Amino acid sequence: MGNIIMLDISDIRRLKFDVLVIGAGGAGLSAAIAASQEKGIKVGLVCKSLLGKAHTVMAEGGMAAALGNVDDRDDWKIHFRDTMRGGKMLNNWKMAEIHAKDAPARVRELEHWGAVFDRTKNGLINQRNFGGHRYPRLAHVGDRTGLEMIRTLQDHGIHQGIDIHMECTALDITKDKSDRVSGIVCMYRETGEFIIFETKSLIFATGGAGKSWEVTSNSWEYTGDGYGMAYEAGAELIDMEFNQFHPTGMVWPPSVKGILVTEGVRGEGGIMKNSEGKRFMFDYIPEKFANETADTEEEAARWLKGDKDARRPPELLTRDVVARAINTEVKAGRGSEHGGAYLDIATQRNSEDIKKKLPSMYHQFKVLAELDITKQAMEVGPTCHYFMGGIKVDAETSMTTVEGLFACGEAAGGMHGANRLGGNSLSDLLVFGNLSGKKAVEYSKGLKSYPKINDEDIKHIIKKATSILNREKGNNPYIIHEDLQKNMQYNVGIIRTKKEITDGINTIDDLKSQFENVKAPGSSQFNPGWHEALALRNLLISSEAVSKSALLREESRGAHTREDFPDERKEWLKYNIINKKGKNGKMETIKQNRNEPDPELKRIANSAIEELDNEVKKDHNKLTSEV
Amino acid sequence: MKERDFKIYRGDNERGELVNYKCKVTEGMVVLDVIHRIQADKANDLACRWNCKAGKCGSCSIEINGKPRLACMTRMNEFNEEEKIVITPLKSFPVLKDIVSDVSWNYEQNKKIIPFSPSKKDKEKDFVMMQKDVDRVQHFRKCIECYLCQNMCHVLRDNEGKEKFSGPRYMTRLASLEMHPMDKADRIADIKDVHGSGMCNITRCCTEVCPEEIQITDDAIIPLKERVIDRFYDPIMIFFRKIFGKN
Ligand SMILES: Cc1cc2nc3c(=O)[nH]c(=O)nc-3n(C[C@H](O)[C@H](O)[C@H](O)COP(=O)(O)OP(=O)(O)OC[C@H]3O[C@@H](n4cnc5c(N)ncnc54)[C@H](O)[C@@H]3O)c2cc1C
Ligand code: SF4
Ligand code: SF4
Ligand code: FES
Repeated sequence: MGNIIMLDISDIRRLKFDVLVIGAGGAGLSAAIAASQEKGIKVGLVCKSLLGKAHTVMAEGGMAAALGNVDDRDDWKIHFRDTMRGGKMLNNWKMAEIHAKDAPARVRELEHWGAVFDRTKNGLINQRNFGGHRYPRLAHVGDRTGLEMIRTLQDHGIHQGIDIHMECTALDITKDKSDRVSGIVCMYRETGEFIIFETKSLIFATGGAGKSWEVTSNSWEYTGDGYGMAYEAGAELIDMEFNQFHPTGMVWPPSVKGILVTEGVRGEGGIMKNSEGKRFMFDYIPEKFANETADTEEEAARWLKGDKDARRPPELLTRDVVARAINTEVKAGRGSEHGGAYLDIATQRNSEDIKKKLPSMYHQFKVLAELDITKQAMEVGPTCHYFMGGIKVDAETSMTTVEGLFACGEAAGGMHGANRLGGNSLSDLLVFGNLSGKKAVEYSKGLKSYPKINDEDIKHIIKKATSILNREKGNNPYIIHEDLQKNMQYNVGIIRTKKEITDGINTIDDLKSQFENVKAPGSSQFNPGWHEALALRNLLISSEAVSKSALLREESRGAHTREDFPDERKEWLKYNIINKKGKNGKMETIKQNRNEPDPELKRIANSAIEELDNEVKKDHNKLTSEV
Repeated sequence: MKERDFKIYRGDNERGELVNYKCKVTEGMVVLDVIHRIQADKANDLACRWNCKAGKCGSCSIEINGKPRLACMTRMNEFNEEEKIVITPLKSFPVLKDIVSDVSWNYEQNKKIIPFSPSKKDKEKDFVMMQKDVDRVQHFRKCIECYLCQNMCHVLRDNEGKEKFSGPRYMTRLASLEMHPMDKADRIADIKDVHGSGMCNITRCCTEVCPEEIQITDDAIIPLKERVIDRFYDPIMIFFRKIFGKN
């Protein structure tokens, strides 16, 4: 087959669903499974990669849920408080509540579907410490928790009657006359054939857009397709200025720069040192966390041994704090050989423990960096990792601002506020995947007939896609992408200023016009150049939303750091920043007032930790005496 | 920086050839980096699969100088200075395009496996399982579904073999289910008849290529074969079962 010639759209295959899920990571699989439990509901699942290869497979450290198996002082209230404080109180209150309350049930469900977590001495699901979590809370399997999650969901999901379409890329949404979702046009990567899915509801579980930066832990899939498609369909994007830079990515050798080193290394006792051998994190403890953080190496050592009275080591402060600290150390000339910091577990744990608890880190460094982490310190530095922001959803239904379009997982925004705690993503996938699946079913059942697809919309979508192949000559998509990554890395990175962000936005405008004339050589069959070009539109939309939001938010909060506005400003706690497509086709970036939280939630989030610990103790006592 | 020679298979299942490319190799590069570099500079439409770039997803399986490998975990400095590097698709599966293979047969095998089946009663409460009782199961569950073992197994080289045997990857999965302390399903008959455990003649080639170092043959296949023998061929066991029931 040569280049695609405009064909009669009646030749294109069509399939009908009640609920169609785009994305087969933890969130998408959970959503599809939940939806398929309803009799008579036809569920489809579409993903860009092969099944079981989505980003979720790479997650390492664990999933957070207040099971209380290791420390029975834990409770949803404490998890909720940690999440809000980690998110600098900008989280959607209701989502954070639903998440903390539902996570334990979802983790147990995963175990009942076949996941085999590491065990405690009593044979229960073991839980490990992680940054920002007061108690050991992360259910895990060594350092390959994501693999366990996705394989369990995959092996369970294939028996639920879900119609799965792999290596199939969604291009754009269609809507009916009353602006409801009516379908989506997709393309099989292998053959280049198009397919039209008619559906009553659509769930986006497409993940983030970390491929906008040069140094990133994210794979080729993370091009913000969900953000781009939702935006084009008129949905609102929220909190896009909050991009998490994980403090510990590999920095050497160059070809592996950005690959993640799990926070589990620090959870298991790893410490951070600068070139002078100083354990520098003690110098970066924010006032807000001073009460709950060890201030001497001696206390930190006691904590590692399990002393319940000792406070947590500063290495386990939230990610934004650790990433900025490394940045500052490097800038002050105290960085490691290749411009990072040292992460040392070799002097903290014996070699057997390290291999048992962190086998894939051991393997990764041995093969990729020729370094033995049981003997030497690793070199690490910040790497773009996670989008806190995303498609705006209603907390209790996961519906976006477009009727019939739902979103969950990293594709959705709000739950994590200005900064996500490690381990809160995997649990988020289960909780909101499940919720959106159920709510999409409810919505679809409420529709008597299929919303109508307009053929002109289909033609338009296909024409846009094929013109990339058909034009005589044009710009190389790989080069545009590389330029975009450099731009975001340099101008809209960890530390931001008005001048740089403005430069960044100008460059994006320029790249957008280059994109208008992008050309992929070759045929439509499994053509990565074409796929790259198709993803570029979404990368550009995501990057523009990030930059414009970053420019508007004149304060530093969580993962968003403005050098020209160095502190949190109370005023800004009142707003979320929203991006949406304006009537003139240009992106609008506006401040939107946040809802007043439920007073009870506000009370919990603002309680002193000792008080809340006592309250939880009473709650638990009451429960046991009732039983 | 050194320029090196590569030969990469370009084409599909019917037609194709090895095409020469040159690529600069810098410190720390893996074969997947080379493929990406060539893709970006010289062959935009060169098809390849990858995701994690860290040996975690099992997408980038190919053959390098005839050996099945993960492209992202194969360092360039493994090869001699002058050695020409030949990159081809997996040979046990049909080629889709260039170095991408059609691995859908594997997904079909997986679907034939009776899934994890705990009892209703066990599901009412938290599972209690000791670490030592799940160590073996966790070892099997490290599998990243790269299918390098499937590619290596001589039984699966032709369609006839594929009809009779599910292959080492799925023997491993079956073993992980059979040894799960909470699982109540009986898969022994299936292991023999549907999955063809008898087809394996214990050459251990699969184990040798597993990037996760799973002891496929010794820890998964042989114990499964033993269970099948106990059930179907051991007269004493058959006699016992007649009197005392299945377990
Ligand atoms: C290295 C690493 C380690 C991590 N460790 C942890 C951890 O320990 N704990 C934790 O909580 N979080 C962790 N995270 C974060 C967490 O893994 C991710 O946020 C989470 O897996 C995202 O899941 P998801 O289901 O939203 O999306 P994904 O798993 O990324 O799935 C996205 C899906 O969407 C599909 N898709 C995208 N675009 C399209 C399109 N146009 N058409 C069709 N399909 C499409 C993809 O094919 C894929 O199937 C880690 C992340 C990384 C990168
Ligand atoms: S040991 Fe068995 S499964 Fe493994 S390669 Fe040999 S024949 Fe195939
Ligand atoms: S058993 Fe090993 S070689 Fe086989 S698919 Fe799994 S990880 Fe790959
Ligand atoms: S890219 Fe994931 S294993 Fe190689």
